[in-house]
Amino acid sequence: MTMTHMDANSPTHGSHQMPPGMLAGTAAERPIAGAGLPEKISVRNLDFFYDGYRALKSISLPLYDRQVTAFIGPSGCGKSTLLRILNRMYDLYPKQVATGEVLLDGHNILSPKQDLNLLRARVGMVFQKPTPFPMSIYDNIAFGVKLYEKLSRADMDERVEFSLRRAALWDEVKDKLRQNGMSLSGGQQQRLCIARAIAVKPSVLLLDEPTSALDPISTAKCEELIDELRSDYCIAIVTHNMQQAARISNFTAFMYLGELIEFGNTEEIFTNPTKEKTSEYITGRFG
Amino acid sequence: MTEIALTLTDAHASTARRARRQRLQDAAFRNATLAFALLVLLILGGVTVSLIDGALPALRTFGFGFVATEVWNPVSEQFGALAPIYGTLVTSLIAMAVGIPVSFGIALFITEMCPAWLKRPLGVAIELLAGIPSIIYGIWGLFVFAPFMQSTIQPFLINTLGQIPGIGNLFMGPPYGIGILTAGLILGIMVLPFITSITRDVFETVPPMVRESAYGLGATTWEVVWNVVLPYTRTGVVGGVMLGLGRALGETMAVTFVIGNAHRISSSIMAPGTTISASIANEFTEAVGDVYTASLVALGLILFLITFTVLSIAKLMLLRLQRKAGV
Repeated sequence: MTMTHMDANSPTHGSHQMPPGMLAGTAAERPIAGAGLPEKISVRNLDFFYDGYRALKSISLPLYDRQVTAFIGPSGCGKSTLLRILNRMYDLYPKQVATGEVLLDGHNILSPKQDLNLLRARVGMVFQKPTPFPMSIYDNIAFGVKLYEKLSRADMDERVEFSLRRAALWDEVKDKLRQNGMSLSGGQQQRLCIARAIAVKPSVLLLDEPTSALDPISTAKCEELIDELRSDYCIAIVTHNMQQAARISNFTAFMYLGELIEFGNTEEIFTNPTKEKTSEYITGRFG
Repeated sequence: MTEIALTLTDAHASTARRARRQRLQDAAFRNATLAFALLVLLILGGVTVSLIDGALPALRTFGFGFVATEVWNPVSEQFGALAPIYGTLVTSLIAMAVGIPVSFGIALFITEMCPAWLKRPLGVAIELLAGIPSIIYGIWGLFVFAPFMQSTIQPFLINTLGQIPGIGNLFMGPPYGIGILTAGLILGIMVLPFITSITRDVFETVPPMVRESAYGLGATTWEVVWNVVLPYTRTGVVGGVMLGLGRALGETMAVTFVIGNAHRISSSIMAPGTTISASIANEFTEAVGDVYTASLVALGLILFLITFTVLSIAKLMLLRLQRKAGV
């Protein structure tokens, strides 16, 4: 089943739920699009409206478990909008409506019955700019955990250390956990935000241009981190940096003016795109 | 400089002239703004000096006893500021106790939960509330609110809280309608729009992304507000509260109408009392004799010091909070 010729208007993936246990390949051996991978999230015929304006047009695509999917496209193409639907962040704002289906583990999260707080605990998000809370480094991590779990002091310490280690920040902050999170450098703050998202044990991570405000060294560290997190999470990343998409993602979705132009294996998209728009964009002719 | 100027052609000369004119204009502008800024210091200094000068006769007569005695007797020319100081502080305290929670509630509702169609009308209503002249609060307080207090709220308080030993003392005595409590409540209503509009504005300075990150972890609105929005904005919030407190301390007209204007300190907050500004406004026209007038000016000086202290404490508190936060 090839994904590259996906028509944006046709529902895809009749048999999207693959049996568990079929493990995804590592980054080194990039799998063919869709082959034998369990879908963590399935977006189907998704439309999105800002106060009546149709910002997303019949988007359908899968997000595979334990894979990194990159969303690329020129500004305003709807990639961040799509990301913000996956944890229903748009619900905070009036006059924003999504229609269609977004299945997370087979359940439609767009259903009005969906508990938003539980959903957001399962689908973590990291933003363009670091957003540490005005509290200590320790409390920044513990904040989200405390919302859903009653942990003993020792367990909480352990969780904080686990998250900070996972986010490759532990060694830099272990001696100053009581310091304000805002006193860290930009790159450290962003990793703190990733640690904070991991701490609540989500299964999906949404990264909205996570490195756009970081220097090259911090960016490299974050990319390394994303590469490591791949083995545990379903990761969706929006990026303006095409090299970054090529470096860290297994799958790439190219969007343009609210439509999904092409979705497929990252290697294929970048070396052998089927749509003219895609090749124009990745070769830098517009955008 | 002159050497260079001599070598200039005509065109260069006109450019140089224009540059010189611009330099002069800029200097004039700088000095004018400096003068305006200095004016503030001058006025502040002038007010302080004339207050102290006007208060001297009273301070010389009564010494420090002026702030520690309750007697206020124009006939025997015995004056003490304790009752108005007490009244000022207690009415402001009541105003804050009522005004702060309600203002926070309104501000949080507007920024976090309010449906879009209600946002504007609410905002406008609050600004209108701030625009109501205090005399209107005064007559409303005297003719509508005080009778309501007398017939409903005060009897209720006397029968419930008044029966509790200890704090019951605060709610004892006959329901006069007017008094410290009524004045405090009216002040609470008056400071409401100020605290609300400032806290609303600072709540809106929280970057949407920070707010969304908290929601993104699965936090409820309450958790976002309590753990993220309030800590993020505490400086501005304290500022808004202090502005409200400053207004409550100095408010004159509305208080004068409903406080009862009695120079005495009662254990009950329902008894009539007076505040500094109410005393001054009430008695200035009838103040005969140097000591009486000087005593009123001395009251003004004390109010000036109280507001100054409140502001300084607020600034110090903010400094300490910031240092503790390590930012």
